[in-house]
Amino acid sequence: MKWILVGIIALCNTLGDVLNTAGMKRQGEVEDLRPRSFGMMIKRIFRNPLVLCGFAAMAVSFFALLSLLSIATVSFAVPATAVSYLLETLLAKYILREDVRWRRWAAASLVACGVVMLSF
Amino acid sequence: MQATSPQPAISMSFKRSHARKTQILVLIVIVSNVLGNVSLSRGMHEVGRIVSASPAAYVKALENPWTLLGIAVLIIWMLTDLALLSRADLSFVLPVTASAYVLVAISGHFLLHDHISWQRWTGIVLITLGVVLAEETPDRTTNGSEESHS
Repeated sequence: MKWILVGIIALCNTLGDVLNTAGMKRQGEVEDLRPRSFGMMIKRIFRNPLVLCGFAAMAVSFFALLSLLSIATVSFAVPATAVSYLLETLLAKYILREDVRWRRWAAASLVACGVVMLSF
Repeated sequence: MQATSPQPAISMSFKRSHARKTQILVLIVIVSNVLGNVSLSRGMHEVGRIVSASPAAYVKALENPWTLLGIAVLIIWMLTDLALLSRADLSFVLPVTASAYVLVAISGHFLLHDHISWQRWTGIVLITLGVVLAEETPDRTTNGSEESHS
């Protein structure tokens, strides 16, 4: 049960972040930090199918995490997080077409290893 | 210097203020992530064991004030994260916002006097190195008009 939840969290987390990024890039930049700009952003999100699908994936990941936290310690969610960092960087490069070079690969890998070490 | 700007006329001061706003969003994302998760985790431990497909069990968890506060702060986190992703690369945002982990560990050490083992110190150092490396890359390498840099 625990490992099934870990798998669901990693996959839905990755899917959610990639869909949200693609959707927000298509929607256009939030140009400043005023509440008005955030209001506009929220309005447009409701007509943005990519972000809405991203939310659905995030919601599944969130409820799986709640279940996991109630039967295991927080550290059990760690492998899911570590895997998501690498998977998301891979998808950012090949699906979102971001310029991922050695610094970003190294950054993602260091963070993934760091997250694992922190759980000890 | 990875991305070449498609608009050469763009002014330095605009670029700098653009980067600063992105940095402020990064900061809000990190802090709201930490506060949201800490209170949610506290709430769920008070609520106890839930493994259920029925929404009723989760609705009941909302009666706990820490759970409720955690969810409220995580909604703020989600919205600022989306605003940040509208401006910056996912492969930049991910490692940079991982400093939230370092913040949790360090604040636990100083506020709650948690013991930090050498393994956890190693984790803190690795994540910090990752954050610094990612910070050295430009925050955005894509643009709206499908221009790629490969």
